[in-house]
Parts: sequence; C-alpha cells; structure tokens
Amino acid sequence: MNKNEIILAILVSAVITFSLRALPFVAFHDGRKMPEELVYLGKILPSAIMAVLIVYCLKSAVTDWRGTGVPELIAAVVTVISYKWKHNTLFSIVSGTVCNMLLLRLM
Amino acid sequence: MKISNIKRERESVKLRKEILKNAFIKSIPIMFSYLFVSMAYGIMMEEAGFKWYYSLFISMTVYTGAFQFLLITFLSSGASILTIALMAFLMNSRQVFYSLTFVDEFRGMGKKMLYMIHTMTDETYAVNLTLDSKGKEKEDTMFLIALLSRCYWMIGAVTGGILGQVIPFDLKGIDFCMTALFIIIFIDQWEKADNHLPALAGLAVALICLITIGERNFILPSLLIISGMLLVVRKRRSGE
Repeated sequence: MNKNEIILAILVSAVITFSLRALPFVAFHDGRKMPEELVYLGKILPSAIMAVLIVYCLKSAVTDWRGTGVPELIAAVVTVISYKWKHNTLFSIVSGTVCNMLLLRLM
Repeated sequence: MKISNIKRERESVKLRKEILKNAFIKSIPIMFSYLFVSMAYGIMMEEAGFKWYYSLFISMTVYTGAFQFLLITFLSSGASILTIALMAFLMNSRQVFYSLTFVDEFRGMGKKMLYMIHTMTDETYAVNLTLDSKGKEKEDTMFLIALLSRCYWMIGAVTGGILGQVIPFDLKGIDFCMTALFIIIFIDQWEKADNHLPALAGLAVALICLITIGERNFILPSLLIISGMLLVVRKRRSGE
C-alpha cells in the first residue's frame, strides 16, 4: 500500500465507525419517533450488553484455557466476591487486576 | 446584586471542579486500561512499520479498540479497501446498540453531540451507565469522561510508538481492570433490576455464540439474537 491508499483506508474506516455510532441519531431525527420496540431495547439491553462484554473479556477461558484463561477466571471471581463484600468499585478493580497480574506471572 | 453574582460564580466554579473530579474518578479504570492497551497498539504499529503519527492519526479518526488492532494487519498486508470497510462495519456494528440508550441524552447536548457520538466506546458506554447525576451535570460529566478517555488513548498510542520496547516495566495483565469494571457494573445492574432475563440471556447467548462462531466475530450475532429474544418475550407477555 502506498501512502495515499493507507490514508484512504484509514478515512474509510473512520467514516464507517462514526456512521454506525450515529445511526440511531440520524434515523430518528426531527420528530420522527423511535419505534416503541427500540426504546424498549435501549432501556433493557444495557445489562445484556455488559454480559456479552464480560464473556468477550473472559473469552480466553474458552479459547486459551492454559494461558490466560485460568488467571482471568480466578481474578473475575475475586472481583465478584470483593465487590459483594465491600461494594467499593476501585477496591474491587484493584484486587481483581492485581490478582490477575500475579497469577499470570506465577502460574 | 454584585455580591450575589460573585457568590453564584463561586458556586458554579466549585460545581465545575466537583464535576471534573467526579469525571476523573469515574475514568480511572478507563485510564489504566486505555494507556496500557493503546501503548501496546503503538508498539505493534511501530513494529509493522508505521510511525507514531500514524497511530495518532488513526486514534483520532477511527478511535475504536479492537478494530484498530485488526487494521494494523490489513494495512501492512495490503488488504483491499472493501475488505477493510466490511470488517469495520462488522466489528463496530455493536455500537449501534449503545447509541440506542443515549439518543435522547446526547441530543440534548447540542454541539457536543457529534463529539459524544464519535467517542462512544465499550468503556465510555459502560461508565456512562453508572452515572447517577442528572441533567446538565450528567451531560458535563459524560463529556469530560469522553474527553479524558480519548486523551488517554492517544497519549498511550503515541508513547507506545515513540518509546517502543524500551518501556522498562512489565504491565501484562493490567488490562483486566476493564473486565473488572464490566463485572462490577453487571452486579450493580443485577441488584437494581427486577427482571434478570436480559442479563442471563446475555451470558448464555454470548457463551454459546463464542463457542460456535469463535472469538473474533461473536459479539454482533449475540446482540442480534438477544434483542430478538427480548422482543419476542415482550410481545408474548403483552399478548397474555
């Protein structure tokens, strides 16, 4: 790829990414109301999306069990337990992450 | 009259400081995750022969985590524009679902709306869900979180590109802080919700899709299936 092609590829990616993010805003512009179904999804989907992102982040438990899978699963359990215990966001993030970093080096 | 103006001004400065402080605290998990991941990105770009200003340019224009990594392979192997466009579409389609939740709030932000749309990522979306402030205060907080996050990402990408592998300490595994944040938000939502179906369906469908479709492309199909399921369930319930 020469320089122009590279820049073109980058700009195309940028435009597509932005358009996707903007789609619901453009589709329901100027008083056109969002269909009831989509309003409902916008309200109810966040917890499903978090679930999907968690599976995505822990995917190596399925794809790379021996490498990063086990440490990440254990760190995830530590995060859940510590959060159920103290309900303190930063405390749980630090315990989970430190646990993951230690296990990656020890195991 | 004058005194009350000064007083009001002082109060608004104080409020602004508090909003900034709150936005920064909320963005700390994103900071650790983005600095680390984008530094890795800058290093990989450098290794593929793209100087730091390319990393900066892509981070400023495209600004999306996983796809930026894929783009390195595409650019260095000379993939066709069509392939690149298609992959950008497939990998980032999930963000349509994120916008659905924030259509009204972003629209109320006037000129900042475009910036909010551009800077919507998995991470800022997740953090925005945790804000309990309302109205103008929430809008300002969301804007600052978006701004800070984008800065973290660009700083990391450039630093990675310039310093390359001379970074003396080993940070492997620090990106788990984002996983931890997602888990915490999930627990919070779980405790607030009466209906656990979306959360459970999310876990089950995503897991099945991960196993059957594979790790690279399972997010979008998962979201489509879950949305379909939730709409069918809703229809059944209202029909009863």
